[in-house]
Amino acid sequence: MDLTLKVWRQKDKDAAGSMVTYPVKGISPDMSFLEMLDVLNEDILRRGEDPIAFDHDCREGICGMCSLFINGRAHGPERGTTTCQLHMRHFNDGDTITIEPWRAAAFPVHKDLVVDRSAFDRIQQAGGYVSVNTGGVPDANAIPIPKSIADKAFDAATCIQCGACVAACKNASAMLFVSAKVSQLAMLPQGKAERKTRAENMVAQMDIEGFGACTNIGSCAAECPVGISLENIAMLRREYISATATSENLA
Amino acid sequence: MILDSKIPEGNLAEKWDKHKFNVKLVNPANKRKYDIIVVGTGLAGASAAATFGELGYNVKAFCFQDSPRRAHSIAAQGGINAAKNYQNDGDSIFRLFYDTIKGGDYRAREANVYRLAQVSVDIIDQCVAQGVPFAREYGGLLANRSFGGAQVSRTFYARGQTGQQLLLGAYSALNRQIAYGKVKMYPRTEMLDLVMVDGKARGIVVRNLITGKIESHSAHAVVLATGGYGNVFFLSTNAMGSNATAAWRAHKKGALFANPCYTQIHPTCIPVSGGYQSKLTLMSESLRNDGRVWVPKTVELAQRLRKGEITVNDIKEEDRDYYLERKYPAFGNLVPRDVASRNAKLVCDEGRGVGGSGLAVYLDFADAIKREGQPAIAAKYGNLFEMYAKITDENPYERPMRIYPAVHYTMGGLWVDYNLMTNIPGLYATGECNFSDHGANRLGASALMQGLADGYFVIPYTIGDYLAKTPYDKVGTDHPAFKEAEAAVIAKNNQLLGINGTRTVDDFHKALGQIMWDYCGMARNAEGLRFAKQEIRKLRDEFWRDVKVVGVNEELNITLEKANRVADFLELGELMVDDALHRNESCGGHFREEYQTPENEALRDDENFAYVAAWEFTGVGNDPVLHKEELQFENVKLTQRSYK
Repeated sequence: MDLTLKVWRQKDKDAAGSMVTYPVKGISPDMSFLEMLDVLNEDILRRGEDPIAFDHDCREGICGMCSLFINGRAHGPERGTTTCQLHMRHFNDGDTITIEPWRAAAFPVHKDLVVDRSAFDRIQQAGGYVSVNTGGVPDANAIPIPKSIADKAFDAATCIQCGACVAACKNASAMLFVSAKVSQLAMLPQGKAERKTRAENMVAQMDIEGFGACTNIGSCAAECPVGISLENIAMLRREYISATATSENLA
Repeated sequence: MILDSKIPEGNLAEKWDKHKFNVKLVNPANKRKYDIIVVGTGLAGASAAATFGELGYNVKAFCFQDSPRRAHSIAAQGGINAAKNYQNDGDSIFRLFYDTIKGGDYRAREANVYRLAQVSVDIIDQCVAQGVPFAREYGGLLANRSFGGAQVSRTFYARGQTGQQLLLGAYSALNRQIAYGKVKMYPRTEMLDLVMVDGKARGIVVRNLITGKIESHSAHAVVLATGGYGNVFFLSTNAMGSNATAAWRAHKKGALFANPCYTQIHPTCIPVSGGYQSKLTLMSESLRNDGRVWVPKTVELAQRLRKGEITVNDIKEEDRDYYLERKYPAFGNLVPRDVASRNAKLVCDEGRGVGGSGLAVYLDFADAIKREGQPAIAAKYGNLFEMYAKITDENPYERPMRIYPAVHYTMGGLWVDYNLMTNIPGLYATGECNFSDHGANRLGASALMQGLADGYFVIPYTIGDYLAKTPYDKVGTDHPAFKEAEAAVIAKNNQLLGINGTRTVDDFHKALGQIMWDYCGMARNAEGLRFAKQEIRKLRDEFWRDVKVVGVNEELNITLEKANRVADFLELGELMVDDALHRNESCGGHFREEYQTPENEALRDDENFAYVAAWEFTGVGNDPVLHKEELQFENVKLTQRSYK
């Protein structure tokens, strides 16, 4: 396959960026999207130019490091797929493909297609945990958890923190991401003790980081590569309202 | 140099408890006077950093990814072993210990492995308390499955994403300590050297991967939890960024590297499809519970298949060779990883491999689907079948999967004593980064167990013993040792940037991987290894003459990052070859063709090789010096592994 790529190039966070056009030739349909970029980067490098920087690591769809806004879609055209698991057979010979970084004020660009998602880590630090120290915990089977609840908590816990939800949202809201962690821990008995402060503190941090508000459009869940459900946002709202109504947050 | 493993006296079951009592403690009020550096935030690193913070130490944690949660532990699929015996099927700490020692082909330390089995039960309690959503039965209690040929069900799991859920548990504990200010986190920061003062590890030099800034960090102890070195082979199931640089540069500063030739080649991976391939994808070993492995009986049929003259469904039942079932009637398709991998290679070497390249065998679910129906198979393996279809564009419900072995895990690593300290005082290695628990072959669901055992339950005790004897005084990063190390790192980066040759870093990395795979992979022999050593040296010389690295240090420079890592792989690869060449026996993942039974099974030489080979660095291009730690087996009897 021969393709034309239009790629966002930006030297560093302060530089102005622009779309740059690259023709690529002889792409195999069995290549992954990132392998296609590897091939292009080898060409760029042989010419002595600066290769395109993009985030990636496991290339199995689980680490959440890869991103890319491809033809206006977070992680490209295939549903339920991260960019690293997207294969070129889903494109046609002669296609023009535009590749941009996640676009959100809370995710500033480091370089080219690499963005800073540390805001997500700070939101997790604000309360995305159960306060237990190592050791001194009860036996794992001391508290039975109904399978249906455990399975639902698991579904929420599979979020890979990639940021596609923010990129897909017209408001650049992080509600789906925040709700996944809040609802996972709110459902499990281990997380109940801190459910109120957790919801309040994580939402407060989300606001501090500059993510937009949620207007219930649902593009986040539609574009989520691991299928985090919109139900989690409903649960976050409930958690948040009940928490603020009887706030335990003394700080 | 005499290697003192510091294994405590006393009988096996009491060693750890006695040791915990005998180690020195740091007074709670004094813990805040000590600084600890943790490099790597996978299971072993995140769990250790969080626990140190809880205890009151000041911790600095480093990872090269953009978030600590991305470490490659996240990709582990199958599960985590623990001797809980929740299923009442005869499991015990001793049985888990025994299985692990035997599975490692009797090349691991008894005392370490027993301790691992002991603390395994605490790990599950800890993870559940953190909110890790393990699989459960309808009654609400935890579910278990049998894994990797174990005869008991001791594996805890979270669908096919156990590593992800465990790492998120450790990440949450780490986040809590970051929020409390006890851990300072440095993401997108790569360790490029170890700093020693008066013979002790006192800090590291790092590069900020965004700005390129070279910085020093000082501490009272340094813990390396930086994973394995499987990416020496270029193609592996490791993440693209997984590298050996931190461990290797510590090795060059004097830390011994143990058993580097022990690499695990996992039998069920999706085969290579072309030269552009960047990594290999593992398909969980659980597939072998229902899939049958076969190739055509004759070379002629295999050739016609490869040319596309016939399809797989044209091959009649009597023309199929279910070679694992034929050779190992007792274990069949469930033989351990090393045996399954080697046999796949054998049939492909005979010319009976399938797929375009001939480097693949079939894993066939037709019988299982006939027996149990497609919905039952989909319920068990749906996500794996989907992943396979996504990558290969083939439907595994209709035609057999094609699989081939791939590099997956490295059992070797930095030599450590019972306290997980290397031979450098104050330098520790945990998780896959050390060599200690898996011998020559790791069993399924044991990597997650070891990473978390080391981080939550071993090093938090043992590091106190060292710190209690260490003065509070801090070493400033203006100390000459730091300045010297920084200068060396900068000089190396400048050298890489200044070559401006013609071959790319990936080009060299692929060439190295090919040499390693061909001569130091699933089967090795002395002649091939000697040849490989020469080839690696030639390639390394060429790298330093002709590699092309563009840009400058003071920016996000992906080529420079890779060049540093590949430069280290080019040295480590040679050490792996040296180790493989010196070990004149076959054991676990190390199969020397000269040493096999008449039935082509691995033939150990316990008389001469029941030791840990710990190598000392003596300069690039110089032969390393071998130090031996003899292994004592007092509680298990060494036997030939047999799966017939």
